[in-house]
Amino acid sequence: MTIDTGESEALQPAKAVFYNDPKVRAVFWQIVAVVGVIAMFWFLIHNTITNLDRQNIASGFSFMDLEAGFAIGEGMVTYTPANTYWRAILVGLLNTIKVAVIGIVFATIIGSVVGVMRLSPNWLVARLATVYIESLRNVPLLLQLFFWYALIVGILPRAKEAYGPFLGVYLSNRGFNIPLPDTWGYMGLLAGFLIALVAVMWLRRRNKKIHDETGEIKNTLGPGMLIFAVVMMVGWLAGGAPTTLDSPEFKGFSFTGGGEVTSEFLALWLGLTLYTAAFIAEIVRSGIEAVSKGQWEAARSLGLKRGQILRFIVLPQALRVIIPPTTSQYLNLTKNSSLAVAIGYPDIVGVTNTTINQSGQAIEGIAIIMAVYLTLSLSISLFMNWYNTKLALVER
Amino acid sequence: MANAQEAAAPNLGPAVELRHMHKWYGEFHVLKDINLTVRHGERVVVCGPSGSGKSTMIRCINRLEEHQRGHLFVDGLELTNDLKQIEAIRKEVGMVFQHFNLFPHMTVLENLILGPTWVRKIPRKEAIETAMMYLERVKIPEQAHKFPGQLSGGQQQRVAIARSLCMKPKIMLFDEPTSALDPEMIKEVLDVMIELAEEGMTMVCVTHEMGFARTVGDTMVFMDEGEIVEMEAPEEFFSNPKNERTQLFLSQILSH
Repeated sequence: MTIDTGESEALQPAKAVFYNDPKVRAVFWQIVAVVGVIAMFWFLIHNTITNLDRQNIASGFSFMDLEAGFAIGEGMVTYTPANTYWRAILVGLLNTIKVAVIGIVFATIIGSVVGVMRLSPNWLVARLATVYIESLRNVPLLLQLFFWYALIVGILPRAKEAYGPFLGVYLSNRGFNIPLPDTWGYMGLLAGFLIALVAVMWLRRRNKKIHDETGEIKNTLGPGMLIFAVVMMVGWLAGGAPTTLDSPEFKGFSFTGGGEVTSEFLALWLGLTLYTAAFIAEIVRSGIEAVSKGQWEAARSLGLKRGQILRFIVLPQALRVIIPPTTSQYLNLTKNSSLAVAIGYPDIVGVTNTTINQSGQAIEGIAIIMAVYLTLSLSISLFMNWYNTKLALVER
Repeated sequence: MANAQEAAAPNLGPAVELRHMHKWYGEFHVLKDINLTVRHGERVVVCGPSGSGKSTMIRCINRLEEHQRGHLFVDGLELTNDLKQIEAIRKEVGMVFQHFNLFPHMTVLENLILGPTWVRKIPRKEAIETAMMYLERVKIPEQAHKFPGQLSGGQQQRVAIARSLCMKPKIMLFDEPTSALDPEMIKEVLDVMIELAEEGMTMVCVTHEMGFARTVGDTMVFMDEGEIVEMEAPEEFFSNPKNERTQLFLSQILSH
């Protein structure tokens, strides 16, 4: 390196002693941290393997192909005790996903409604929302699950004396027995629904175009509902106008026919949904309140109606605040579903626990549970982060 | 603008009329027996110490605040609880705020056409043309596709003025439009307001810009403790204030 002039040398900032340089220090501590983490993992793994060897316990997942030999209360795929552990765990996994998905959907709907209710100028409505939120989020979820389960099992009669049928539904302490469509003719109804959905989306775009071109504001809700009614009716007729249903019937000791929603699922779903909805309601409320009063005033002074202000000004801004914490609530709901163990709903934790007890393969079992929750949680987070970036505010 | 106003205003009475208007915040009497008449084309400048009720008064004119006693007429229509009436009046009254209150998630152009397309129900293309015309007038057409956060305070306030003008209002209310701006940006906003005044817009401005008041004001209103203390033409108001409180206020703000 050559030094041309005294001047350029004078422009170089004075150097610190190397061990006081923040960059040098940062690199040093990173190396220390990495070495520490590797050492800790090596110790844990080595220790586990040595101990397992000493007790002659085989490790690995080969036990999963063995016959499970235990029954599972409910599932979305067929399963008998003669199936393998793999199949049993699949049933548990699907049960977890089922309660999480349905829970998230309903928690979001109830949470949004209660959150908006809490902001209502109506004294009674606002107080009701407050009471709901404060009582549900301040009682431990486990207690709430016991409460709902006890309520369903305690108050409803035995299957033999089930209440009902209300519109074909029987209520008993085993859960709800519901009628299901019994012929393929009902597919016409489903097809009609999908066609109507597309038609209404088209109508919305057309109305937007009319608004852009002429300024005329056309109502989509009324015509949209009419389209659904007519097209689904036509679909139903095209499917041969089926009228029969596969209704549940009490025979001997239990119900046959129709579908069953067990009391365990109901209690878990109710508990998770109502508990999480209380948190989401608070998030929704704070999101709407985070939009400054000035935004409302500016929109009002332009002459916009309340609904238009919410749709164009307030909600787009509130959503940016609402989504990140709501993602956490979705993750909480999914992970809290493991409390299912307490009321006997066969979720992934319950099934894997039984598997561990029977096979003795605790490490593998725990690894499966960890992998399942990690995958579910990361999927939810990735999806919500994607949705959030889509809505992110461009400011600079 | 002047032509459009004559055509759209068959009402020859006052643009705004406040008769014995009172307002309370709980126990606190904010506005006490306010009487004020604003003619079409008149420029009224309202000043007074902070907390004197001047902002509250002009916010009553487009019902951002409710008055509890007395009568308030805007362009011949009385402001009551009637939602339709309130909407009809808000269409004709533009308002510019101290903190601009632009919609941060929309571009400047989207801010400008929202009201015209959804309230006036004007075709989008036409609304965009009008919006660009007003952006030219406030001298920032090149910012049309930027977001409010990308503009300086002065530019944002000019966009806010253009947003109100796009609704083709008959009356413009200004609530301390320059108090949140850096000194070097005040002039660009005042210039736009002066231009607007010269075109004959009916204006009610709450401001402490006394130079502006002298240039464009037809009437000066001085408020203190919820009352109109003095109402006078600017020359008289500045050279010969009658009330003690007006004298004190003027000596305080004109002393430097």
